[in-house]
Amino acid sequence: MLRAMTLCLGFLALLAGPTSGQAQQTIKIGVILPFSGQFADTGVQLDDGIKLYMQQHGDMVAGKKIEVIRKDVGGIAPEVAKRLAQELVVRDNVDILAGFALTPNALAAAEVSAQAKKFMVVMNAATSIITTKSPYLARTSVTVPQIDEAFGNWVAKSGVKTVYTLVSDYGPGLDAEASFQRAFEAAGGKVVGSVRVPVANPDFSAFVQRAKDANPEGIFIFVPGGTQPAAIGKALASRGITPKDTKIFGQGEITSEDALKSMGDDAVGIVTAFHYDYNHNSPMNREFVAAYNKAFGRNPDIYSIGGYDGMRLIYAALEKTGGKADGQDLIDAAKGMTWESPRGPMSIDPETRDVVQTVYIRRAEKVGEHVANVEFDKVENVKDPVKSRMPK
Amino acid sequence: MAGVADPHQYLAAKQRWAPIEVAFWLAMLLPFVLVPTYLPLASQIAITAIFAVSLDLILGYAGLVSLGHAAYFGLGAYTAGLIAKAGWGEPFSGLLIGGAAAGLFGHLTGYIVVRVRHLALIMITLGIGLLLYEVANRASWLTGGNDGLQGVAMWPLFGSFDFDLYGYTAYAYSLAVLFAVVLAARRLVHSPFGLSLRAIRENERRMPAIGAPSRARLRTIYTIAATIAGIGGALLAQTTQFVSLGALSFERSAELIVILVIGGTGRLYGGVVGAIVYMVARDRLSGMNPQYWYFWIGLMLIGVVLFLPNGILGGLATLLPRRSRAS
Amino acid sequence: MIAPAVGVLFDGFAYGMLLFLLSVGLSVTLGMMNFVNLAHGSFAMVGAYVAVSLMGLGWPFFATLPCAFLVAGVISVGFERTLFRRVYRASDLQQVLLTIGLAFISVAAAAWFYGTMQQPVRLPVYLRTYATFMGINFSIYRLFLIAVALAVTGLLVGALDYTRFGAQVRAAVDNQRMAQGLGVDVDTVFAITFALGSGLAGLGGALAIEIVGLDPNFTFTYLIYVLIVVAVGGLGSIRGSLLAAILLGVSDAAGKYYVPTLGAFLIYLVMVSLLLWRPSGLFGRR
Repeated sequence: MLRAMTLCLGFLALLAGPTSGQAQQTIKIGVILPFSGQFADTGVQLDDGIKLYMQQHGDMVAGKKIEVIRKDVGGIAPEVAKRLAQELVVRDNVDILAGFALTPNALAAAEVSAQAKKFMVVMNAATSIITTKSPYLARTSVTVPQIDEAFGNWVAKSGVKTVYTLVSDYGPGLDAEASFQRAFEAAGGKVVGSVRVPVANPDFSAFVQRAKDANPEGIFIFVPGGTQPAAIGKALASRGITPKDTKIFGQGEITSEDALKSMGDDAVGIVTAFHYDYNHNSPMNREFVAAYNKAFGRNPDIYSIGGYDGMRLIYAALEKTGGKADGQDLIDAAKGMTWESPRGPMSIDPETRDVVQTVYIRRAEKVGEHVANVEFDKVENVKDPVKSRMPK
Repeated sequence: MAGVADPHQYLAAKQRWAPIEVAFWLAMLLPFVLVPTYLPLASQIAITAIFAVSLDLILGYAGLVSLGHAAYFGLGAYTAGLIAKAGWGEPFSGLLIGGAAAGLFGHLTGYIVVRVRHLALIMITLGIGLLLYEVANRASWLTGGNDGLQGVAMWPLFGSFDFDLYGYTAYAYSLAVLFAVVLAARRLVHSPFGLSLRAIRENERRMPAIGAPSRARLRTIYTIAATIAGIGGALLAQTTQFVSLGALSFERSAELIVILVIGGTGRLYGGVVGAIVYMVARDRLSGMNPQYWYFWIGLMLIGVVLFLPNGILGGLATLLPRRSRAS
Repeated sequence: MIAPAVGVLFDGFAYGMLLFLLSVGLSVTLGMMNFVNLAHGSFAMVGAYVAVSLMGLGWPFFATLPCAFLVAGVISVGFERTLFRRVYRASDLQQVLLTIGLAFISVAAAAWFYGTMQQPVRLPVYLRTYATFMGINFSIYRLFLIAVALAVTGLLVGALDYTRFGAQVRAAVDNQRMAQGLGVDVDTVFAITFALGSGLAGLGGALAIEIVGLDPNFTFTYLIYVLIVVAVGGLGSIRGSLLAAILLGVSDAAGKYYVPTLGAFLIYLVMVSLLLWRPSGLFGRR
């Protein structure tokens, strides 16, 4: 009985469904981000990147009006992310899914993108495999192996023989550990020890002491952005590890703007690899940072640039399709797209639909009153190494 | 119910279906017609309701406050997800196996849980939940760790209904399971066993004195509640075809208590009503104001405490007899 | 190998002191009034934001600490008089719901006024260095933290044991109704105790920023740890809270240092086994 009813109703709904889709003069983009909870700042900064791009470029593309619908996923909640994506598609009739700060959420929503054949732009989540989950998905942020394999190789080539790795004990941390060690050892370095730190871990000093006991030439660190970078920086300093005696390496989170503000002079000398920093020296970036500050009263970070470039990709793809929002047309338009971003040259790999970009090697240095990341080397045109190794 | 002297008559009277219950279940079918684009939300509400009913059995009826109930929910979810990933995607059997795994774990942990009361009980259930969360995080080769369990592929329900994008199958399936769970819980709480649980809740020391073993009965209900929670988790894994550590998290346990207390404890339908009110409010508020919605949720919670001290159902219950007396 | 271990245990000890400051207020209010206050972390957050704001205005770090204590205490007593007292007779679960609601509101308010970003804290240089003694590095800041916590404990224990007010508090914790019957104004005693406890949480919040940072989610970051300290220590016991906090801080640090693979498990295992051994906590009476 129930099943029969379900079927009947389903049929009715299918009849009623498509009416709202016709005479489409607007393109709707459903943005799913954590606007609340532990990762709220990531969501806010990314969304500000989206807003800034739309302020600068208007809300009309190829004769269509762009409308953004924002949804809060509240944290690591893939079932919520998937439901929101479903609802955005079936109820709000969105043409494009975007945002996605966290890997599990992006993975779950990618299934909706694949099933409904909707273009999806991942603007932050950085686990390598996400792009393989839907053929209509492109990424404008970064992947963890992209940075850390390039960095591991660079560190070994710079003459460092032994490192100790200290990473957060969860997906991205393990990715960072594996990619850094792999590249570092392939280039002739030796990993003398490693430790994984629980994600919910407010005090680092015991782990830092362990790293110090191994007496390595350098320590490689990965912790998620937020409260932890400053905490680990302070733990290093108070356990007597400073870049003067032990080289400190890390993915860019550990010298994010607010971490540097809290660490102050203790941070000077920390070498990190990342794809964007607001201090990147190019006219385009200076303009971007000024506009961002004017609009939101703070500096952009990697999340902002992910959102900004994500919108850039959506706008450009829509221009190319002449306003057609079909998933296949949009992803075809996005493949191979190349542009100059405030972060430098970047493109979408036509094969993997993942981001290709420059990885910058930076050192924290005193610039005037403050400590800032100063780029002193770079690795250009870096692809995601994991997918390059996957059997085709 | 006053005037029914014989306990068996009392229980039989309680077993009878009230018209409002029938109306309630018919109303649960309305989303299919009225709001067909809200079915994914409706099915997640039904799943949360199952989870809340399971907590009500131990909290509302037996007086065991648990802050780690998500352990059983998550265990059911991971079990069902792993079975489907391993190649057996039949939903119904997956549901039962998920429930059984959670029930087994519930039975084992029950031996520890029923030994303690008050704050120690809350903290030990919390500890069990957090430990299981860490185990799942650590065993990333099995569970996918923080990235979540991928590759959960479900076969069509009864061989013919695919889990569709609109959520028709998911809601029909979740609603049917919710109905079955409430039916079973209804029989249980209106049985002599259910009565003895309430007696334990009111005075635990007295029960063994009159020949009813408190701890054994508490273990039984704890196992049953864990099984139902596991079924809820398995349902979530199957309808979303994804499992993450969030299924095991402390936040999920805490939110569940909030949901149950909003609805009203010890009232069977309290969890269901709480799930509907809380999740619809959350969806509406966060849709309107993605960044500050929890401000309004906070106000709602305070309002419930100040104006509906026995939850929504408690509030309704004080209204209804008055009206019937007046008419 | 002894020296680094001593250093790590020292850090764990200091961390335990921080947990003590954050949780002692909750323990006493729970023990006295059976009032479950999950918004306790919000008062710690108030203290933390007060310290950050004043430092932003150019105040020295030390001057912000009494203000963090005062503001958190005053705000908490405002809520106690207007809101919390209405639910003292309600069930635990009602209290949980009310205070979680308040905690949600405080998180939203912090995000609204201060934004979601990390608040940077810059301490004076002399607090940021470390002293070396017998080859072991001791962080000056953590030494300072321990000194503050021990001073607070001394004051609290002294006040409880040797003052009239302390006697009233002890009486109220032991048996609220009996104390009332003997003419103790439990209502007022409780309000003052509540303000003191929340003030200490505010102080702890201000002191915690340097070690763990500050964003609007701070309210919930410590919730689990604080609950563990309260439960393990025993309700209403200052000595119990102190011992539990030290035990937790030190075993956490030692576990991370010696068996990092067990890292996250250890603290929960310790809690579960201690509570099975003594369900009312180490110093609990009920």
